[in-house]
Amino acid sequence: MTAVAAVSTFFYRRQTLAVYLLLVPPLLWFGTVYLGSLFALLAQSFYSIDEFTATIVRKLTLKTYVQLFTQPANLDIVVRTGTMAIAVTIAAAVVAFPIANYMARYARGRMKAFFYVAVMLPMWTSYLVKVYAWRLILAKEGILNWFLTAFGLDGVLEALLRAPGIGGPSLASSYLGMFIVFVYMWLPYMILPIAAALERVPGSLLSASADLGATPAQTFWRVTLPLALPGVAAGSIFTFSLTLGDYIIPSVVGAPGYFIGMMVYQQQGTAGNIPLAAAFSVVPILLITIYLMLARRAGAFDAL
Amino acid sequence: MNAAIEFRDVHRAFGAIVAVDRVSFAIEPGEFFSMLGPSGSGKTTCLRLIAGFELPDAGVVRLGGVDVSATPPYERNVNTVFQDYALFPHMTVLDNVTYGLRVRRVPAADCRRRGEEMLALVKLADAGARRPAQLSGGQKQRVALARALINQPQVLLLDEPLGALDLKLREEMQIELRNLQRRLGITFVYVTHDQGEALSMSDRVAVFNRGRIEQLDSPQSLYTRPRTAFVARFVGGANVIDEKYAVRAEHIEVAGAGAGAPDGAVRVEGTIIDTQYQGAVRRWQVRTDDDQMITATRPEGAATPGGHDTSREPGTRVALSWSRTHMIPLAAD
Amino acid sequence: MRSSRAWDSPSISARVAAWAGIVFLHAPVAIIVLYAFTTEDRTYDFPPPGLTLRWFALAFERSDIWASLRLSLGVASLATLLALVLGTLAAFALARSRIRAKDALTILFVLPIALPGIITGIALLAAMKLAGIDPSFWTIVAGHATFCIVIVYNNVVARLRRLPQSWIEASMDLGADTWQTFRRILLPQVATALLAGGMLAFALSFDEIIVTIFTAGHERTLPIWFFNELFRPRERPITNVVAVIVIAVTLVPILMAYYLTRPAAERD
Repeated sequence: MTAVAAVSTFFYRRQTLAVYLLLVPPLLWFGTVYLGSLFALLAQSFYSIDEFTATIVRKLTLKTYVQLFTQPANLDIVVRTGTMAIAVTIAAAVVAFPIANYMARYARGRMKAFFYVAVMLPMWTSYLVKVYAWRLILAKEGILNWFLTAFGLDGVLEALLRAPGIGGPSLASSYLGMFIVFVYMWLPYMILPIAAALERVPGSLLSASADLGATPAQTFWRVTLPLALPGVAAGSIFTFSLTLGDYIIPSVVGAPGYFIGMMVYQQQGTAGNIPLAAAFSVVPILLITIYLMLARRAGAFDAL
Repeated sequence: MNAAIEFRDVHRAFGAIVAVDRVSFAIEPGEFFSMLGPSGSGKTTCLRLIAGFELPDAGVVRLGGVDVSATPPYERNVNTVFQDYALFPHMTVLDNVTYGLRVRRVPAADCRRRGEEMLALVKLADAGARRPAQLSGGQKQRVALARALINQPQVLLLDEPLGALDLKLREEMQIELRNLQRRLGITFVYVTHDQGEALSMSDRVAVFNRGRIEQLDSPQSLYTRPRTAFVARFVGGANVIDEKYAVRAEHIEVAGAGAGAPDGAVRVEGTIIDTQYQGAVRRWQVRTDDDQMITATRPEGAATPGGHDTSREPGTRVALSWSRTHMIPLAAD
Repeated sequence: MRSSRAWDSPSISARVAAWAGIVFLHAPVAIIVLYAFTTEDRTYDFPPPGLTLRWFALAFERSDIWASLRLSLGVASLATLLALVLGTLAAFALARSRIRAKDALTILFVLPIALPGIITGIALLAAMKLAGIDPSFWTIVAGHATFCIVIVYNNVVARLRRLPQSWIEASMDLGADTWQTFRRILLPQVATALLAGGMLAFALSFDEIIVTIFTAGHERTLPIWFFNELFRPRERPITNVVAVIVIAVTLVPILMAYYLTRPAAERD
């Protein structure tokens, strides 16, 4: 027996040992670099900053969390970010569904492949380039403005921008503009899971529904949509989580109000207040954990 | 001479599920041995224990007298024909067939020659350059067979190999497998849930139920002398009366309600639930007054006692009777 | 065939909605590519008054762009290499095993992409501050490798789960030991998934900004260079050119990854 064969046989008899041995390098990496960092983050959130010397006091305290949850401005940020995440999730689901439905149900062969590539390419195209593109599109003298003027629709845009809450001086500095960019950025993350869920629905189910007398609309509401819901739930995990944590889009295309990600970025950077940045970043972790538990009930994990 | 395969108190559990429950048996060299049972009965796990895909939690597995309880599959002189054929899609048919030789570093020229011989043996001499995806189900089956036999194993294991084939091809392959086994003189261990297949091909059959062997016997003994109610039902499709004895359907007389029975016969009354014309025979399902289902068959066209019409309608009251000599006593499960 | 099954064919509005969605997804990127060639460097008149390659020439002379590009390529290569090794090990360990910790480990291995990137970023920074590690090329690589592992892991695990167990068993049954089975059966089947995972990991790392900002310190990867440019509108034509380069560099591996992993049904 060669040495290699001897080793093979040793591990064939001890397969669990082999599994753990394979896991050692990735677990070492994840344990130290990733989990270690997450614990460091948690630890930092229980430290505080000395306001006179601007140095971090390495003593466990709830001071930073008290500061986070008692200042109304901070609570506003949490509510604003959560609202945006929910609005973006709903809009992305509504826009994604017809695309996913078409590519899963009707497109065949080469056309199907085309649709999948056409959805995947923008998803993987540079994040920053896409944000940059929207900044140019939405700017006051930007491309969208040019188009709307050319079609005589600039009045509609101005009316929208005058709307309280979502409006602003231009699309590039309004919540409406930010919302559009978020929906655009995460749309493929919603389309693909919904399409995957719809691909798994046997065509015979739709035939059966039609055969039993349902109109196409009834079939959609009673058969297609319920079966696609796990896909929607799976997609919503991405749209919700990505919106909660983003700080680039609110700072590039944005209204004056702060978002969680921007606070984290700013507190660790210019303010040098890592404890507050850490405490702020625990908020999306909590929100996402709650969301994941809800999504799990909707069967999202089966559709991933 | 040592048994080809011997199980001694072999035990294998997956978590809380006991797949093989302290099973002991021996298979003689050159035997065509079948393991028959419903899914989840432990027959496939036993096959995998012979192949080495599973190692026993307790007990001993011997091949040709040698303890292989901890030996990996690649050190056992045993080969398998898989249910899904398991042909490697990235290799040609010839490369699939010669795989066992190539991993043992047999020179390429020998590999090629013996591979072609094996393909000729299974009547696929021209298919060597093709890919598995280009073959029909029956052809894949033959390639899997050739690939398993090229290593000249002591034992060939077949895991429901005919399951995916249509009826006509199945019947042809049954005959072909049986002939091949006689010609090569290798021990065949054949796993199936089809009792007809097991009975028609095997020298002996082990009937599995809930991780144990209920009965290990020749096909004829299993059919005529089932030991338990499970074997009586599963193998022979016999009627089990009061869980105590079995009566074959063809031994049950059907007569009009109120008709008498010969001396020494058991007689019950009931109502016909269903009647089926099955070509050579006619078959009745009768629910007796003490609520047992009994099946009776009669060759189509044979005279029925009392001159009654053979095609009785469901709902008709009838008298069933059978001779005590046809009653097979059963052991408790 | 469509016409004979009219109830099953898409309505006009369904077609329009689907195609409008595709146009919506591609228009912004198309616009950037178009404006990289425009002769007008201030306004965004449409159509562009003229087309030129002048901005490409200008961009190629910029040493800061080259430095950032080299840094990004270096980070992406190393992060991908690490991810290929560690992600593959994790995938082979967890794809079929029945160990008790499997569910917990599966969640752990996808956590870096399930949680927003900013969490990974600030967590790494918090750890670096606690441990007294200064940001460098290596801290960028460490951050990138962490989420790149997930990409490789997902790709390889998906492929391994699709492989019938009986192929592995058949190989061992025919006399191949664990190593021979790995080399002759598993590796050829998994190779394309491995390659695709590596390609995607590379593209992801090359383009990453959210985590990188926290771990880069004074190092300027191409995305960080780009991010700074966003607030400097005077350099717009150069920024456009870099955008096109970034699109091109990531497009190739992504298309190849797709080609390598597309489902059999889509093959001709």
